[in-house]
Amino acid sequence: MLSCKEATRLMSEAQDRKLGLGEKMNLEMHLAMCTGCRHFKSQTNFLREACRRYVDESRQHKD
Amino acid sequence: MAQCAASLFDPQQIEEIRRDLLKFASLQLRDHALAEDVVQEALAAALTSARDFAGRSALKTWVFAILKNKIVDQIRLQARTTNISALSTDEESMDQTFDSLFKANAHWHPDHRPAGWGDPEESLRQQRFWEVFDVCLNHLPENTARVFMMREFLEFETPEVCTQLGITTSNCNVILHRARNGLRRCLEKSWFASGERPC
Repeated sequence: MLSCKEATRLMSEAQDRKLGLGEKMNLEMHLAMCTGCRHFKSQTNFLREACRRYVDESRQHKD
Repeated sequence: MAQCAASLFDPQQIEEIRRDLLKFASLQLRDHALAEDVVQEALAAALTSARDFAGRSALKTWVFAILKNKIVDQIRLQARTTNISALSTDEESMDQTFDSLFKANAHWHPDHRPAGWGDPEESLRQQRFWEVFDVCLNHLPENTARVFMMREFLEFETPEVCTQLGITTSNCNVILHRARNGLRRCLEKSWFASGERPC
């Protein structure tokens, strides 16, 4: 069983590479039972979204 | 013809572009003077190129693309003289803080379990949120920030970040994880603090 600490590492790596099937299943199982890690996951997704938005703001001109 | 060219390069518009890009470059390079040079070079390169710009947003997009390359060149130079994977005291203390979020069995400590952030999309529309975001990015230790920004702002794939900076993939993963957790904690504390804690 994955610990929360290990789960956070996998969730971070999921932003950078495709997880293996085993990793993915372990993570999904963990997330199904753990509110804290589910929040961690949406927070990491939000960070990515915020960074995208940040770059777009710098790249595009607001008229 | 000459008149046409002159109207394309409206000084006020260029100044606006310069200001935005300078903010972006300073954040990446953490060196204002260097950022100014890099932005200046990118602008000069874009304006002297024979490209035809269909309006100012096309010009900005073009300058931005040049700027990104110039920033990467600088980061690569900096990486040659610094050991990106070496831990500074700031990075060590971030890792200790991260460890302290967990109990001995590596599950969340009840006081530190990540909370729900409600509708974070709403935050993206608020000017004040972006100010907090800037502060949190600037709080990241230099090397941690460098790797994170190359990944998220200059939009390199992770293997490329590792190659450019001369670090191993596992090192890259550790650094990115540290950066994400640090940013997450900073935003939670400074912006989302009013969110409800799960029980």
